[in-house]
Amino acid sequence: MPADFSTARADFPALHQTVHGRPLVYLDNAATTHKPRVVIDALVRYYERDNSNVHRGLHALSMRATDSYEAARARAATFLNAADPAEIIFTRGTTEGINLVAQSWGPANLRAGDIILATEMEHHSNLVPWQRLAARTGATLRLVPVVGEDAGHGLDLDALDRLLTPQVKIFAFTHISNTLGTINRASDLCARAKNVGALTVVDAAQSAGHEPLDVRALGCDFLAFSGHKMAGPTGIGVLYGRRALLDALDPWQTGGGMVASVSYEGAQWKPSPERFEAGTPNIADAVALHAAMDYLDTFGRPALAGHDHALAARAAIELADIPGLRLIGPRPGQLRAGLVSFALKDVHAHDVVTFADQDGIALRGGHHCNQPLMKKLGLPSTVRASFYLYNTEADITALTTSLRRIVSFFGGT
Amino acid sequence: MSDFDDLYRDIILDHNRRPRHRGKLPTANRVVTGDNPTCGDNCTVYLRVEDGRIADISFEGSSCAISQASTSIMTTRLKGKTAAEAEVAFAGLKDILSTGRAPAEFDELAAFAGVHSFPARVKCATLGWHAALEALRQPDQPQISS
Repeated sequence: MPADFSTARADFPALHQTVHGRPLVYLDNAATTHKPRVVIDALVRYYERDNSNVHRGLHALSMRATDSYEAARARAATFLNAADPAEIIFTRGTTEGINLVAQSWGPANLRAGDIILATEMEHHSNLVPWQRLAARTGATLRLVPVVGEDAGHGLDLDALDRLLTPQVKIFAFTHISNTLGTINRASDLCARAKNVGALTVVDAAQSAGHEPLDVRALGCDFLAFSGHKMAGPTGIGVLYGRRALLDALDPWQTGGGMVASVSYEGAQWKPSPERFEAGTPNIADAVALHAAMDYLDTFGRPALAGHDHALAARAAIELADIPGLRLIGPRPGQLRAGLVSFALKDVHAHDVVTFADQDGIALRGGHHCNQPLMKKLGLPSTVRASFYLYNTEADITALTTSLRRIVSFFGGT
Repeated sequence: MSDFDDLYRDIILDHNRRPRHRGKLPTANRVVTGDNPTCGDNCTVYLRVEDGRIADISFEGSSCAISQASTSIMTTRLKGKTAAEAEVAFAGLKDILSTGRAPAEFDELAAFAGVHSFPARVKCATLGWHAALEALRQPDQPQISS
């Protein structure tokens, strides 16, 4: 029987605290989620029982650590429906995964005149690495525009088709916008890119812990996500890459663990995934991420997506009733990921967040690592409430009650 | 008084709702924009400096209540002052922000003592001041026409 969302809160120790004397209402899940007891236990158990270095040890603890680490890799492969665990590279997180692709694949495959395609809704982590790669290689970075507010801030697909020329060598896009809450149809975008022979990089930071992900159904070439946004620990993430591509890529970092043989004159690389994991990897957090993936799948990811979408849709409708509130992203009634981003007339996002914090509500206010998009929206910052499996409709009520008080506190004369 | 009420004192809310000297200053001969890169806020301070004194001052930009109120109060205090007097006033504000205590002679600036309990907001209270002091260190510029 699938796990029940109504009792999930009990699994998360950090949720059971008061903030400024009020019960914590945690709505900053797009930044990082809390961790269930099973993940914390997996982390502690690894250090208490198995702690050792992986791969080159012949003693019992090293073999246990290696088995646990490689089991986490195999679990990540099944989590994404990848064909082969060798397609799973452990990273520090989404940012590192994208930088790995940009730096390993980029210089060897791009020339002046080539085009790198991204979108206007990218987090800085899926924009700046490509800006830098373009500057290094003489390639041009182009961006798929975001359509207007009335249309719900999705990608302009007609513009995408015009931009997708044979000069486009790689198309990097986010699955879910952390600022807008827009869900991009990743399989459709990958299919369009494939038509012109472009590789695809999917930023799954906001989707991996919320949506079903199947890299073979998506048809993507690379996909990156972070453990800490999906009930796992910080400092661990996954880069998926198609095996044939990975084995043709140069290493990113070099050192121990990634070499097949070394002489004083030079070295030969191991195949993927070791080729991309120089140095002692983050074993403990990979093991804890394994526990997080197991935990999420006790709910079932379609149910998880449904839960988060329903909360955000409900929040969008209730927030739209607050005077002076401007909702960013999908319109009420349109499909929306598990977050709502908004601006209050005459009340700055930071004042909103400070006020809500006094009510025990954790929100995020700012540019959400998306400065060019905020400029396009004509806003210095927005407030974002983001939901996860332990949030309930009572949390939305707490949010709207606090926001109405904020409007009257700052708007009153 | 809760930390929150201490942060948003009436004088701060008043200057946030009715900022003084807000807008461009067509006769300005010094203009500096300060940015708060962590939050995307910005504040442009316009100064008309004559004979070493701030003859006129204004500001514009988008920022939070703490920042807007701090800059608004700053404009009322710095008008007619020299660069050296402005430095002394800013040193006083920084002292208030770092200790959370304000001697009575600081009058309106004392309202920012409550920011001390919110370390993430200290930079909001100093954004406009940094821009103004930077402008005072610059040579005169041609008048801003637009």
